[in-house]
Amino acid sequence: MAARKAQTKPNVSAEELQGYYRDMLLIRRFEEKAGQLYGMGLIGGFCHLYIGQEAVVVGLEAAAEEGDKRITSYRDHGHMLACGMDPNGVMAELTGREGGYSKGKGGSMHMFSKEKHFYGGHGIVAAQVPLGAGLAFADKYKENGRVTFTYFGDGAANQGQVYEAYNMAELWDLPVVFVIENNQYAMGTSTKRSTKSPSYWERGAAYGIPGEEVDGMDVLAVKAAGQKAVAHCRAGKGPYILEIKTYRYRGHSMSDPAKYRTREEVQKMRDERDPIEAVRSMLLTGKHATEDDLKAIDKEIKEIVNASAEFAKESPEPALDELWTDIYA
Amino acid sequence: MAIEILMPALSPTMEEGTLAKWLVKEGDTVSSGDIMAEIETDKATMEFEAVDEGIVGKILIAEGTEGVKVNTPIAILIEEGEEVGDVSAAPAPAAEAAPAVEAPVPAAAAAPAAPQVDLTPDWPEGTAMKEQTVREALRDAMAEEMRSDDTVFLMGEEVAEYQGAYKISQGLLDEFGAKRVIDTPITEHGFAGIGVGAAFGGLRPIVEFMTFNFAMQAIDQIINSAAKTLYMSGGQMGAPMVFRGPNGAAARVGAQHSQDYAAWYMQVPGLKVVMPYSASDAKGLMKTAIRDNNPVIFLENEILYGRTFDVPDMDDFTVPFGKARIWREGEDVTIVSFGIGMQYALEAADKLAADGINAEVIDLRTLRPMDTGTIINSVMKTNRCVTVEEGWPQGSVGNYISSVIMQEAFDYLDAPVINCTGKDVPMPYAANLEKHALITTDEVIEAVKQVTYR
Repeated sequence: MAARKAQTKPNVSAEELQGYYRDMLLIRRFEEKAGQLYGMGLIGGFCHLYIGQEAVVVGLEAAAEEGDKRITSYRDHGHMLACGMDPNGVMAELTGREGGYSKGKGGSMHMFSKEKHFYGGHGIVAAQVPLGAGLAFADKYKENGRVTFTYFGDGAANQGQVYEAYNMAELWDLPVVFVIENNQYAMGTSTKRSTKSPSYWERGAAYGIPGEEVDGMDVLAVKAAGQKAVAHCRAGKGPYILEIKTYRYRGHSMSDPAKYRTREEVQKMRDERDPIEAVRSMLLTGKHATEDDLKAIDKEIKEIVNASAEFAKESPEPALDELWTDIYA
Repeated sequence: MAIEILMPALSPTMEEGTLAKWLVKEGDTVSSGDIMAEIETDKATMEFEAVDEGIVGKILIAEGTEGVKVNTPIAILIEEGEEVGDVSAAPAPAAEAAPAVEAPVPAAAAAPAAPQVDLTPDWPEGTAMKEQTVREALRDAMAEEMRSDDTVFLMGEEVAEYQGAYKISQGLLDEFGAKRVIDTPITEHGFAGIGVGAAFGGLRPIVEFMTFNFAMQAIDQIINSAAKTLYMSGGQMGAPMVFRGPNGAAARVGAQHSQDYAAWYMQVPGLKVVMPYSASDAKGLMKTAIRDNNPVIFLENEILYGRTFDVPDMDDFTVPFGKARIWREGEDVTIVSFGIGMQYALEAADKLAADGINAEVIDLRTLRPMDTGTIINSVMKTNRCVTVEEGWPQGSVGNYISSVIMQEAFDYLDAPVINCTGKDVPMPYAANLEKHALITTDEVIEAVKQVTYR
């Protein structure tokens, strides 16, 4: 249970690094587009953007195997894109259209993909934590060797049900990685104003769950930590906690007064710790890619995102009959 | 001075028990705290301690005797030098009985006069019947489904090693092992969520709440996670599972342990809600619930657990959801109830029959889906309706039934529908107040007389 920061291993192939760059850039451009569509009134309700946190999901997906499961909160667009869900289907769900993953009935916070083992998209803070432990329970019951990534934020980390889930997950050796995405703000309340605990991952010690803190702006560090956590789970040793220190550049949701932190703080993070810029610079300095290679990736991503926006605008609203379907199986 | 030792009430709902074993014999000296006997109830086996010092002068009830009523003298304690013969072994006056035994109304099964007319039986004609308690029926239903489907498992507090807080899961650990019969810590919100997650993951959990009062800690997972996910996922994934446990008042357990949640859960689209009265319905509906691909709220009742009914002796007996059972045909008034309310409805119907009022008694069995068609058809015939439930009056199941009748059979009504409910108060502890807070048979009779203008 040593608190050891995962080592960044620069020993990584050009292809792998380019893949991370592409995946993170897709999330960022997608979210920027979602922000635009929200401003145009095409997306309604709540919309929580993932900009700044991209390295968390991209790094952990690099540690996952086919068949592993993931579940998260309402800030879920990045998780869906990272696990390979179709950007068209995600964007069309944001616009509430028939072509969305939930046929327009779930919205930004409630999307699922059985095919990609993505179990939502949950709007109640921390409810996904016992649910994720339950998914892991099912895998252990079936003895299929699968692991569940259960994501939640620093805000959710103060909910009681998290600790109920910790207790049972360790008691029953459930193969679940609890991923605390600590972006330092629960809506507008900084971690300093919500807890005197020095760290969240250490709370696992009370239940016998090992864990560690991870630099969430470094995709390679996240991947390395993810591999360690997954190996622990797959070895039948029970859950593992990763507290991933990250940062969200945008507001909690689209209507955010931005009074709880300074513009300088956000700018400093963007300038000095941006996860995508870090990989970009690694690619260029390590001669893993040329400026032209990266431009080509940028262009490809832009096209995917624009196409998703077009799809999301063109896809019809769900038929009125859909109101009455999917209530009972 | 000789002291009579009386059969103890070891739980709030205990009315009788088995004197399983004497651990003392005549002539033994006992002092306060010594274990004298083992008493077995339908819920548990418990040790019975001496509270006085003395010599066991006479054992009045032999070990192995079943059905010993609470407060029956079971032994006589004498002092040094005293003779047993000095003591009259007359039974203790019933007036000394603990008030707990007065509150529950007599078992419906003990009222042989009840004409249990089942107009649409759920079993083939000529099926052999066997007597079973609701408790045994529920256990058999779970065991049968666990035998036929490996993905079915039971989790909850004390379901395994303790054999169930109310002994519903008795024997299941032995048969299915700790992988499928799982004791949880006391953590309702957490294990309900884990159960829902396991259902998302392809299993069929049965989540037992020791009582539905404790499920309030878990209600977010039940409603927001279990009931809504199928819809929110556009039909991709849902929670095929059962949440079950005793619901409503037991006896003398006060406000926080005595609430009927029927109306609460009945309101939620995505849930199915079952509230059986008889053992055959408990069995058939539980099997249907476990097989259902949706989250099912299965509301049991502690007082009914020990009641005995006829259950069809079949390999695979199920009862469909959304089909009410007509227990008794009548033409003067329709009484609609469910769960323990049926006991008051049937008793009232018996007494009313003596006054020449023939009530049709409908047991809804499932509240969602609700068989309103059977209610409407009956009301079109009787033109009058009384609903009976234990829950609170405002926003009650009866309120909903009244609105359906008003919309679909207004012109057939000869009197306003009356909803007989529990009183609009938290459940009091005092025996007399509790009795008054619950619905009574007399209130049902009074309501029927009102709607029939007698």
